[in-house]
Amino acid sequence: MRYLTAAIAIASGLIVLLGYLYPLDQLIQLRGMLTSWAVIVAAMAVLVGVANLIFVQLDKIRRREKNSIYGVLLIVSLLFTFGVGLVFGPNSQFVRIAIDAIIVPVEASLMAILAVTLVYASIRLLRRRADVMTVIFLVVAILSLVVAMPTPIGPIPGDFLLLQFLHIFSDSGTRGLLIGIALGALLTSLRVLFGIDRPYGGN
Amino acid sequence: MALVIVVVTALLLLAFTFIRRRSPAVLRRIDAFERLTQAIGLAVENGTRLHVSLGRGNLFTARGGSAFAALAMLRQLAERTSVSDRPPIVTSGDASLSILSQDTLQAGYKAAGAEEQYRPSTARLTGLTPFSYAAGTIPVTRDENVSANVILGDFGAEAALLAESADRENTHLIAASDNLSAQSVLYAAAQDPLIGEELFASGAYVGAGPSHEASLQVQDVLRWLIILAILAGALLRLVGVGF
Repeated sequence: MRYLTAAIAIASGLIVLLGYLYPLDQLIQLRGMLTSWAVIVAAMAVLVGVANLIFVQLDKIRRREKNSIYGVLLIVSLLFTFGVGLVFGPNSQFVRIAIDAIIVPVEASLMAILAVTLVYASIRLLRRRADVMTVIFLVVAILSLVVAMPTPIGPIPGDFLLLQFLHIFSDSGTRGLLIGIALGALLTSLRVLFGIDRPYGGN
Repeated sequence: MALVIVVVTALLLLAFTFIRRRSPAVLRRIDAFERLTQAIGLAVENGTRLHVSLGRGNLFTARGGSAFAALAMLRQLAERTSVSDRPPIVTSGDASLSILSQDTLQAGYKAAGAEEQYRPSTARLTGLTPFSYAAGTIPVTRDENVSANVILGDFGAEAALLAESADRENTHLIAASDNLSAQSVLYAAAQDPLIGEELFASGAYVGAGPSHEASLQVQDVLRWLIILAILAGALLRLVGVGF
């Protein structure tokens, strides 16, 4: 079985990759078909994932774990929203209300907490790691914020030059990081494509 | 051109893997991985858990690379912690990744000869949007007797919430992401952030095998080739050759 899963994964990966590199009609059609199948599998995976979420919460409730009341809340709201979406459709007024009145405000408040968390983390950064790179990181972050934010007296003199100066370092650093990440991702993908890493089929 | 790059990289990977099978590589010291080894030992010894968060890397997008790197590390962590009374908990924010994490955990236990200890509920999908994923993961760091958190994969700025939660619980935190926003917030919020491609080196540092060590060497070779190409390009432009 594990050889079959590996063979399917490697063959599909190679066909999709060749479809990108060699745009022949047959390869493009085959690539399109495999991608469509993958989308269907991914959609099924979402259902499996949600089922996993429900079972984990049910298990917590059954064992009366700490804060399991949130698990009850999660399951009830999930089933209610899912039911409403199933009966009235995903674009119905009820689903829109659930999104606009609950999901969006909750995520917005988490975003606000994130902003506070980041400020707090920046304040504690020097206590955690007092080295040259940390100082540079903080100085650049503060300068960028000062230059970018609007002031009551209008633009700060020389802000454009300072921004350009900071961009020289930030842009080159960003490119360097992205090149490194691209190389890492390329090698990781090749290992999966060759079946060296097989995070599927119980290998 | 893209085909040439892929073929050359693949050949280099195979050649270096063959070489590394005979002589293991000597890797430079990275503090985060040293601390991870200590944290694994500590978790096994004092009966606490390891929490591995794999992020939201969709396997059908370019972000899948970091997810695969995280899964390779998870495989090793599962094998190493299989002797512990409390299995590691894995959280993710993508459904396909969650299923693969269950499979990877099971494979780790199987390799360690402790398959009966595997519980599917230890690999969880905690949310499908960035903040719902963070909101679902924070209780795991708080309520599940976790002593070390490994946050590895594709995250956005919400990684700061996870780092803050780990910090509040006084647990170890090893964090890496392929996303630049997450890297910058983790640099500020985590004790041991891994920068840039260090995420993809994680497999080699936890003993995932010669192919992972070979990958690092191939990355070095390619990096030098890119540096030479950039220098040559700048030089040609300087002397007036357009391309």
